[in-house]
Amino acid sequence: MKISRLAEIIEAEFVCGEELKDTEIKSAFGCDLMSDVLAYVKDGEGALLTGLANPQVVRTVAMMDMRCIVFVRNKKPDDKTIELAQQNNIAVLQCKYNMFTACGMLYESGLRGEESK
Amino acid sequence: MNPLECMKFSYIVDGDNFDGAGAASEETKAKLKRLGVNKDVIRKVAISMYEAEINMVIHANGGRADVLLCPDKITVTMTDTGKGIPNIEQAMQEGYSTASDKVRSLGFGAGMGLPNMKKYSDKLTIRSEVGVGTTVIMEYLI
Repeated sequence: MKISRLAEIIEAEFVCGEELKDTEIKSAFGCDLMSDVLAYVKDGEGALLTGLANPQVVRTVAMMDMRCIVFVRNKKPDDKTIELAQQNNIAVLQCKYNMFTACGMLYESGLRGEESK
Repeated sequence: MNPLECMKFSYIVDGDNFDGAGAASEETKAKLKRLGVNKDVIRKVAISMYEAEINMVIHANGGRADVLLCPDKITVTMTDTGKGIPNIEQAMQEGYSTASDKVRSLGFGAGMGLPNMKKYSDKLTIRSEVGVGTTVIMEYLI
């Protein structure tokens, strides 16, 4: 699924990285605990949905070679977080839905977690 | 590259800046990529070094990170002069954590740091003395 399609489904807006809208993402992971992202994401090239908005979210996603961060519940990242995402070529989106709803909408549209692919 | 052609990178990890934690791992990842190291190896180094770096900032007020790249192996040594780990076996258990609520609210301190370092390295060695500091050595076969 392209990042642009993901944004459309959950009515998300780009905070930065709109030029990456045609990038394909292979899976998604929803989590506020970065240690679990590091422990359980396997193949990268996916999207992370999270309600945690700090620079460590970007570093975690960068370490995992993931492509996109979606901040749920309208969480707004600070300038430092956005700058770090830009440096690492990661698309950042913001959506109004909570984690459960946003994940459900994406699942319904065919995006899967790694374990159910 | 013959064994005499190892390369070493060293970083100081700032213990007062949580936002900056991970910068050494990020830079190491970029360097290994530029040097053409296999991407699966880079990923293992990046994840486990990042966990170690976060731990160093959370628990030990920073320290030093040394990365030694040799033809057959990468060795990451994280050295701090923090409070030390009283019981390494207990600290290795998934879910065991002594991190503060503040650290937990930042997305870490769930007791997955050391287990993740073990999971993503080919060999993990921890030397620690209470009140003196901790050295974590992670080795990765190329």
